[in-house]
Amino acid sequence: MHANQWEAVIGLEIHTQLATKSKIFSGAPTAYGAEPNTQACAVDLGLPGVLPVLNEDAVHKAVMFGMAIEAEIAHYSVFARKNYFYPDLPKGYQISQMDLPIVGIGHLDIDVDGETKRIGITRAHLEEDAGKSLHENFHGLSGIDLNRAGTPLLEIVSEPDMRSAKEAVAYMRKLHELVRYLGICDGNMQEGSFRCDANVSVRPKGQQAFGTRAEIKNINSFKFVEKAINHEIERQIELIESGGNVVQETRLYDSVKDETRSMRSKEEANDYRYFPDPDLLPVKIDDAFKAQIKAALPELPDAKKQRFKTDYQLDNENAAILTSSRALADYFETVVKTSGGETKLCANWITGDLSAALNKAGLDITESPVSSAQLAGLLARISDSTISGKIAKQIFEALWQHPDSSADNIIEAKGLKQITDTGAIEAIIDKIIADNPGQVEQYRSGKDKVFGFFVGQVMKEMQGKANPAEVNKMLITKLKA
Amino acid sequence: MHNKTIKEMAHGLRSGEFSSVELTQHFLARIKQYQHLNAYITVTEDLALQAAEAADKRIAGTDASVLTGIPIAQKDIFCTLGVKTSCGSKMLDNFIAPYNATVVEKLNQAGAVMLGKLNMDEFAMGSSNENSYYGVVKNPWNTNAVPGGSSGGSAAAVAAGLAVCATGTDTGGSIRQPAAFCGITGLKPTYGRVSRYGMVAYASSLDQGGPMARSAEDTAILLQAMAGFDEKDSTSVDHPVPDYIAELNTPLTGLKIGLPTEFFGEGLSHNIAVDLDNAMNEYRRLGAEIIDISMPTLKLAIPAYYVIASAECSSNLSRFDGVRYGYRCENPADLTDLYTRSRGEGFGKEVKRRILMGTYTLSAGYYDAYYLKAQKIRRLISDDFKNALSKVDVIMSPVTPTNAFGIDEKTVDPIQMYLEDIYTIAINLAGLPAISIPAGLSADKEGAPAMPVGLQIIGNYFTEARLLNIAHGYQQVSNWHQRIPNGFE
Amino acid sequence: MLLITEDVKKIAYLARLGIENHDIDSYTKDLSGMLDLMTQMNEQDTQGVQPMAHPLDQIQRLRPDVVTEPDQREHFQAIAPQVEVGLYLVPKVIE
Repeated sequence: MHANQWEAVIGLEIHTQLATKSKIFSGAPTAYGAEPNTQACAVDLGLPGVLPVLNEDAVHKAVMFGMAIEAEIAHYSVFARKNYFYPDLPKGYQISQMDLPIVGIGHLDIDVDGETKRIGITRAHLEEDAGKSLHENFHGLSGIDLNRAGTPLLEIVSEPDMRSAKEAVAYMRKLHELVRYLGICDGNMQEGSFRCDANVSVRPKGQQAFGTRAEIKNINSFKFVEKAINHEIERQIELIESGGNVVQETRLYDSVKDETRSMRSKEEANDYRYFPDPDLLPVKIDDAFKAQIKAALPELPDAKKQRFKTDYQLDNENAAILTSSRALADYFETVVKTSGGETKLCANWITGDLSAALNKAGLDITESPVSSAQLAGLLARISDSTISGKIAKQIFEALWQHPDSSADNIIEAKGLKQITDTGAIEAIIDKIIADNPGQVEQYRSGKDKVFGFFVGQVMKEMQGKANPAEVNKMLITKLKA
Repeated sequence: MHNKTIKEMAHGLRSGEFSSVELTQHFLARIKQYQHLNAYITVTEDLALQAAEAADKRIAGTDASVLTGIPIAQKDIFCTLGVKTSCGSKMLDNFIAPYNATVVEKLNQAGAVMLGKLNMDEFAMGSSNENSYYGVVKNPWNTNAVPGGSSGGSAAAVAAGLAVCATGTDTGGSIRQPAAFCGITGLKPTYGRVSRYGMVAYASSLDQGGPMARSAEDTAILLQAMAGFDEKDSTSVDHPVPDYIAELNTPLTGLKIGLPTEFFGEGLSHNIAVDLDNAMNEYRRLGAEIIDISMPTLKLAIPAYYVIASAECSSNLSRFDGVRYGYRCENPADLTDLYTRSRGEGFGKEVKRRILMGTYTLSAGYYDAYYLKAQKIRRLISDDFKNALSKVDVIMSPVTPTNAFGIDEKTVDPIQMYLEDIYTIAINLAGLPAISIPAGLSADKEGAPAMPVGLQIIGNYFTEARLLNIAHGYQQVSNWHQRIPNGFE
Repeated sequence: MLLITEDVKKIAYLARLGIENHDIDSYTKDLSGMLDLMTQMNEQDTQGVQPMAHPLDQIQRLRPDVVTEPDQREHFQAIAPQVEVGLYLVPKVIE
């Protein structure tokens, strides 16, 4: 296979479930995990005579997204019916958007291997989600759960601007971060809140015209996206090189076998017969509405990362980590402000000790047992030399176990205050020196490594509470004497 | 008792002349007596008597409205909680509605007593009530003739005194035409005036529920209770509901009536032309001015209507698939079989024709030529009306080209049936309100029986009060609306 | 005849409408007649005319994002053709 003679062309269609409390066209709840059909009201079930009424927050969230990707927002937006028969589609049509989607052309910048690339977004539109089918345990039948039917979706369609699976993953990650930042989607891929379909085609390098594309559906992890796309690119190249033609079809990615396979035959051509939904009227989005939403837009990830680099003198890597979620960024900033401490200290503790503890416990920053106030309290005591970094780690563990305590309480209770009293330190140093004449001799005769022994002994004697800088300073002076 | 007006009945209930229970029992007995008309699909005897008892209590207290205790009936297209709602179709023969339509809720709250659900053309598609799974409804004026459709059961029931008044729905004339054929008053409100929530959809941008009764006054009373903004219906208009009764007696001097020349030419039965001519003279005597107007786009209304209506219905009826409610075929072999057989066996021929037509005109390659074209023509027709109504206060016309035709007379060629709607159909495209009132009783051929003739009055948006006033004025100086079919006195 | 029986079969499948073989011809004839009626629209020039989807110039009202519907599963499933453990059953869906 001559991979370097070919260029892959990839576009992604991502369905994000908007985090509204109720459904897009009905007042039923959208919470995940409920018993089957307990969250499907008359409108969701498509009972005879029911009618849709549009959820204001779905529009809000869609417009927020549009603004975040600097897209055109439609003045008038129209809902259309997409007609087809499937048991998880109760009305026999999905309310979606065809002409006049709510969000028009925008873009998202991604970073791949240090290079920034702008990926175009063709449009984003609102639509309702379908229900779910379950296939096991029903003696040859399928069971339909319509809880999910009517959940608002924002379908985000990219331009076919990506040229590798890597770029596709970068785009997907960036979008994932953005929607969570905006608070419009929880991004939970296991629960189906963020679903990706990839359109993949190949063409000989240098050719302008696009090749025939295949659509890969329902990929629900970043890892699988990369694998599925790479597999598909290979499959298509092999197919063409061996004289075949790529068929425009839908394929499902099988993560177990790491391959894509053709879905139900698309020869039963799906003619969706789109037409404007007569039960809904055009949505008007005026300047006042847009201004309101713009004012409520949070600081976006890229801007925040830049600001962190400048305001907190953080390097790119730390800035990226600390701004990877709004919650984490907010946590960091609160700690910095409250502790009055050095930003590097705060950054290290958060990306280091705190993150490690959270990961181990499988918790997200929003579930951290140690609040930003508590951590700030701890870091403040390092900054003012009340305790050493080493002792601080002990205190951190204690705080983790006792969320209602504080650094000060623990320092008090365990008597962990760092000893800075030079008189006391001097006394101990003198004692250690007096008790270890042999090592003193070794040190004075040039064995520098022995210094560590003295530090260890002093620290042991002082139960680790001595200010290390003071100890070092004094030991050097005394030993050299 | 059954020939009293609503006001007379309300008075009787309050004066103790009779109770709502007695009134209801009276109507229930009549329904049984005249069941050969086949006006009712379901009679809700127990529920009616319960409601009547509750109404009597309300009337004894202070919480009653004019409709409290009055026996009414609902077209079987309105969902009624716990009561079969069939839409005249085998597809919903087993459907017990799990909720109330807003219209039903409002009438229940007003204390009206529901006698039952009325027969209709299947899913509101038809102009003769011959498309019902439950059989044809007979016109009480001549039981060999159709009552009109799709609200045939509603019209027949009111005309025969089997309900004081009834709800109907009108998509292309389905309230007005049966009202004309059965000699009663029927009003199609402005689009968005009455909530569509719970009213099973046929053509969403054309459907409106409305009142059918023996007089303009009774129609006004029923409309008062039905009309109003509903937040569950996105197409419901938040426009204040005026007092429809208060304006009934406004004098009609200076009223400008437009008569479209296109409507009074060929194709109209001579007897209808004569009766309407007499009606115009009556209006002149009341002080109105009759002006000839031209509305050239009206001839395109029928094709545009059928494209739009069939497109919308083809989509609206997709939900009937045997999965969550309604008819399901026996032993489906697979999913496709479940759908095709449930729908094939559950729907009647006319419904299937319109679904097929709608599916075709919306399909790839045809959308522009049919659906889009029809929507453009709709705009032209609507503008034509707006233009005409800027020059006159109301437009008057016939309701039907002929008298009620014989059962089976027009069932061979569906197009024949579609042409029956010629006078009513354009109004739905424009969304305007229109009322049909009795204006004569005459035969349209040698030897044929004299049958009711209807007059249509079309007004501007949200002018129902004016329409009712104009109708009422005529009904004060004529008595066509008080005629009773032979044998139903 | 504007339509042939093959067209009608295709449309019937799109609409998942079962039509008996012996009825296909009559549906084809009826539908052709209906289409014929509809082509009368071509007599009218509609160049530059805005299509009208709704009779009144209304815009969509927005509903506040509040949960208003309680769980009514038992009530709604009482009228369902086939239900098990709260799920609607249908012949197997093949993916």
